[in-house]
Amino acid sequence: MNSYRIKGAKDSSGKVGNYFISNGVFGNEGDLSSSAKEIDAKGLTILPGFVDLHTHLREPGREDAETVLTGSMSAATGGFTAISAMPNTLPVADTAGVVEQVYRLGKHHGICDVYPIGAVTVGQGGTQLAELSAMNQSEAAVRIFSDDGHCVSDALVMRRALEYVKTFDGIIAQHAQDPRLTQDSQMNEGEISARLGLKGWPAVAEEAIIARDVLLAEHVDSRLHICHVTTAGGVEIIRTAKKRGIKVTAEVTPHHLLLTDDLAESYDPVYKVNPPLRTKDDVQALREGLADGTIDIVATDHAPHPHESKDCEWSAAAFGMVGLETAFSIAYLAMIETKLLTLAQLVDRMSKIPAQIGRYQGHGSISVGAGANFTLVDLDSKWKVERLELASKSKNTPFDGMVLPGVITKTFHNGALVYERNSK
Amino acid sequence: MKHLLSISDLSKDEAIEILDTAAELARLSEGAVKKFPTLRGRTVVNLFFEDSTRTRISFEAAAKRLSADVINFAAKGSSVSKGESLKDTALTLQAMGADAVVIRHGASGAAHQLAKQEWMKGVVINAGDGTHEHPTQALLDAFTIRRHLKSNQGDLSGVKVGIIGDILHSRVARSNILLLKKLGAEVVLIAPPTLIPVGVSDWQVGVSYSLDDEIKSLDVVMALRVQKERMDDLYFPTEREYARGYGLTSDRMKQMKAKAIVMHPGPMNRGLEISAESADSHRSVIVEQVANGVSVRMAVLYLLLGGATFKELASSGESL
Repeated sequence: MNSYRIKGAKDSSGKVGNYFISNGVFGNEGDLSSSAKEIDAKGLTILPGFVDLHTHLREPGREDAETVLTGSMSAATGGFTAISAMPNTLPVADTAGVVEQVYRLGKHHGICDVYPIGAVTVGQGGTQLAELSAMNQSEAAVRIFSDDGHCVSDALVMRRALEYVKTFDGIIAQHAQDPRLTQDSQMNEGEISARLGLKGWPAVAEEAIIARDVLLAEHVDSRLHICHVTTAGGVEIIRTAKKRGIKVTAEVTPHHLLLTDDLAESYDPVYKVNPPLRTKDDVQALREGLADGTIDIVATDHAPHPHESKDCEWSAAAFGMVGLETAFSIAYLAMIETKLLTLAQLVDRMSKIPAQIGRYQGHGSISVGAGANFTLVDLDSKWKVERLELASKSKNTPFDGMVLPGVITKTFHNGALVYERNSK
Repeated sequence: MKHLLSISDLSKDEAIEILDTAAELARLSEGAVKKFPTLRGRTVVNLFFEDSTRTRISFEAAAKRLSADVINFAAKGSSVSKGESLKDTALTLQAMGADAVVIRHGASGAAHQLAKQEWMKGVVINAGDGTHEHPTQALLDAFTIRRHLKSNQGDLSGVKVGIIGDILHSRVARSNILLLKKLGAEVVLIAPPTLIPVGVSDWQVGVSYSLDDEIKSLDVVMALRVQKERMDDLYFPTEREYARGYGLTSDRMKQMKAKAIVMHPGPMNRGLEISAESADSHRSVIVEQVANGVSVRMAVLYLLLGGATFKELASSGESL
């Protein structure tokens, strides 16, 4: 196995130092073999590899949009060393067989750790619990379960799922969306949806489910994770729940930290996403929630779609945006350039804390003995997003053409160099 | 103005120019000249993804009176139902060399995408997109109001218009609200709260839940078609209850101001949003709206395709 001597890298607080990698972990200089490669990291910042708790890899079933391999490459390009594959595949990842398949594909490609998320209900149908223990006891050792894309809207099903996964310290990640309040909904309900004639998606459809679920989690003393919070009201409910000691964690996506619903005025479906882009006030509340810890982490909700699913009328288009490769830069823009977070705090929210929530081992830390999962970032340079250059198989980024801070230059997974940016 | 996608594409002056041009074309049509050579050799495609006999015929008549070649393209089933996609249709029309496309589509924003995504180069005229807008309907309504209440001149200041019914799903209402306000009219929306969009407070229009409270003060009573299927989506309990609260009955019509007029974009549900007596009364300008539609659509085609201004039209006068 290769060993590396990383020279002169800054850590997240700006302190310059050298780092030594051998046998897939951070070690001391004495651990290096004589053939150790030297990497001059002057001017670069070393950060623990990012950990995403919300990724759509589309395999099996929609390999035209993404595969475990292309999704892993996209992740490495964005500085991620661990990602979590959502179960809305074809077939749905609701059995040990499917989650093991995805897990093994991730292992086989070896570009980042791929942790499958299991479906809560059979076929994500919302009525019958999937074999959660079997998925947990499989090789994939699934701990997070979600019907993402669909809400577990039946209160009894949600209660049972929350209770059941306590056997193995599991967690239910809820896609909070009341289905009746959002039938055929297209975008945030407000002045802009009214003007554009696109069916509204009220904030209350998200907030009502969050409120119900934190109370259920309190009642049965279980771990609940709220996927992609988008509304100021949702942030407030979670803040209150945390004060009451409820075991709830929450995530926000980079796009919801930056973009607003007025982008729908273009009728360009690249801005169509579930949950929808909200208002400026919501964006501000999400940023503040992430800053004060109400929202624990940033998660991408990387949702690849083939071009034809976006090159059509708004109402016919698919929901979703790719996000792995732009996540750090967008979060940096939204949280650090606004001075709401320090670099170290943001990195915790993109690496250490998501690893803790998922109980993912070997991620989130740069210290002797820890897994050598890290990325080298040039914080003094900018890069231009060019959709056709993305490593993801799909190109549906809303950030095309933007010039962003924070260039991911190299990513290491278990001590191996898995991504290196071409210097043009 | 390259396309007509939304009323917000028009300045107040441009809107008035369209109305003035329509008035001039209507006047000339009453004379000996029924057909103008202006658009000879130009091709106008009526691209209708939704059934709409009256709007299509109106555009067809307008284009033919300007001597354009007209192709009617009834594309059954939008891309939503896995038929030919909007994009492929647009590319086909581009290949055929359409100078203008008049599009009716069930998806909000369809006309906008046709124009902005560079799928085709011609002029795009929105003839109704989903629940978004229907700008030529608003222009013909404004034309009709102006003719009756403002001597066919200038703007609509001082006129109070009540729009009654399913504002939430109505493209006619959206375009009318934008245009009426642009032209200085006062607008009040009258409907049960379930059919008023959330966010309407930013529109700077009046909102009322009671037709009886408003009817005495209105110069124009504009009833919208109520889709019966809205009942199943719980927007109102029954048709009868809707008609009792918001139907333009004969009794309510008697409360109207002396010169106030009754409008409806059609097709009407007689006995639901409007009684037969109201629809056929001397106050009703509903049939005239249809006739004015042709003049207004001629004006729109003329100004968008002819590249000429109203002044040029006026100076060429009868020789057109």
